Amino acid sequence: MTKTKAPPAPPPRGPEQRRRTRRNTLIGWSFIFPNFLGFALFTLVPVIAAFVLAFMEWDSYRAPEWIGLDNFAEMLEDENFRVALGNTLYYAAGHIPLTMLAALGLAIVLNRKIRGVAFFRTAAFFPYVTSLVAVAVVWNMLFNPTMGPVNQFLGAIGVSDPPGWVASTDWAMPAVIITSVWRDMGYYMVLYLAGLQSIPEEYYEAARVDGANAWHRFWHITLPSLRPTTFFVLVMLTVQSFKVLDLIVVMTDGGPGRSTLVLSQLVYREGITEGHFGYSSAIALVLFVIVLGVTVLQFRLNERRNG
Amino acid sequence: MTTLHQVPPTSPPLDPPPPAKTRNLAWRITRPVLTYTAMVVVALLVLVPFAWMLSSSLKRNNEVFTVPIQWIPDELRWSNFVDIWDRIPLAAYLGNSLFLSVTITLLQVLTGSFAAYGFAKVRFPGRNALFLMYIATIAVPWQAYMVPQYIMMQKMELTNTYWSIILLQAFGAFGVFLMRQYYMSIPDELCEAARIDGLNEYGIYWRIILPLSKPALASLALLTFVTTWNDYMGPFIYLTSNELWTVQLGLRSFVGQYDAEYAMIMTGAVLSVLPILLLFLLGQRYFIRGIATTGLKG
Repeated sequence: MTKTKAPPAPPPRGPEQRRRTRRNTLIGWSFIFPNFLGFALFTLVPVIAAFVLAFMEWDSYRAPEWIGLDNFAEMLEDENFRVALGNTLYYAAGHIPLTMLAALGLAIVLNRKIRGVAFFRTAAFFPYVTSLVAVAVVWNMLFNPTMGPVNQFLGAIGVSDPPGWVASTDWAMPAVIITSVWRDMGYYMVLYLAGLQSIPEEYYEAARVDGANAWHRFWHITLPSLRPTTFFVLVMLTVQSFKVLDLIVVMTDGGPGRSTLVLSQLVYREGITEGHFGYSSAIALVLFVIVLGVTVLQFRLNERRNG
Repeated sequence: MTTLHQVPPTSPPLDPPPPAKTRNLAWRITRPVLTYTAMVVVALLVLVPFAWMLSSSLKRNNEVFTVPIQWIPDELRWSNFVDIWDRIPLAAYLGNSLFLSVTITLLQVLTGSFAAYGFAKVRFPGRNALFLMYIATIAVPWQAYMVPQYIMMQKMELTNTYWSIILLQAFGAFGVFLMRQYYMSIPDELCEAARIDGLNEYGIYWRIILPLSKPALASLALLTFVTTWNDYMGPFIYLTSNELWTVQLGLRSFVGQYDAEYAMIMTGAVLSVLPILLLFLLGQRYFIRGIATTGLKG
């Protein structure tokens, strides 16, 4: 945000000034209003409602009733909630570091001014804009346990007992994680490319003169210079991981069993499928607080490291 | 062709030819070879699933999972691309997706750019607090308020109509945010000069700011179009009647109903990706610019 803190309108002095302020307010609102009307009704109100509903007992067939923290107490007893929380953490623990590594690796390989590099960058970015349903459908077939290309490949390199992937409770989550890393890495690669290109070339020249080898240059120049980018990528990935929903719904629908059930999906099931509006909103609030908490923690740690 | 080359701002290349005295001839030959090898490996990892999708879409169902994988089928079954239109109402699905994407994109671009002008170029009390509200809702994950939205649509009896999708997606804070970012980079002096020349604010927006912000408008339009086209959860939650379905819902249900029709499913996947591929190739620098301007989407 470049100029959010623009100076506030000067205090009204004479009647002339006051009239101009009033006129500006009208003009300003006339620009914002068409969008604001839709935004307030369909985004702002639901956001506020989500916070209030979490403290209510409200099922689709009953009148809403204020119950304080009861929904949160119910959550502690709810095994689905525990499983979904665990699975969400599992997904995040796989998706965040792997996507980061893949994106950084891609960016380093593709940060060359050589012929054809633009094609490779474009290709790496494409999965991110592709329809998620198509991606999920194709990967589900690639992961077919008996005849799928992935297991054929594993067989070819000597894995005698390849995993059952989306058909197995142990391997469904890894399959989802692999698919999501493949899909998202190009997006974060773009961010890393921008970071890499802002490192002054002089640093590398100076290091070469001092006799630093490629590994030293990477470790002592590239990585430290990328720290702001890495931080940004980390925060984005965290937020994205904790709210994962559509990929899971299309690929595994939470299964087999509950092995890939995640928090967002539980919110969806409780709220929209079952009509437990209050309880579902409480889970949503927990989800939001976790995301916010982790993000704030990351900001704190980052500040400490920089300070 | 414009490409990702222009993504990051202009800066010196990272790897100029190393000083000749420290590098021998062998290295100067092996280095590009290594780089290209790495790039080809990367490209394979990314593109093999697409290649497999395309190859499978041209096979018979029983040829999709052959061992070993046959990348180019003996007989290319282009007829899959003809037959699928009879198997599922694909034309209707594509039409529905197109209608929703175009409508939402138009509304998003129109109202978003209009509101952004108010936020960026008109100074009035309460403006920044109002903008902060927009930003704050971007930070709340959609999953946290999808249920209140759903209740609301149910009470208004708009579920299972396009109204629900359009109303929920056309007035997002994202478009306002992106356009405002861009308008902030247009000097205020330009508006000031126009005001002195007697142009009113609507005239300034229409005749000066809009023409100057074509790249940002293109970014927003493309991002919105692609997001709407690819959206699954929105239509999944709200659209129950088959005749309202988008391509994404149609493809997903095709998989559920005919899960052994591997080749046909891949044909559907190819057809659902094709419009996006075209748009992406035409406007990729606007995609990247939009992402660089805002840092996030979704």
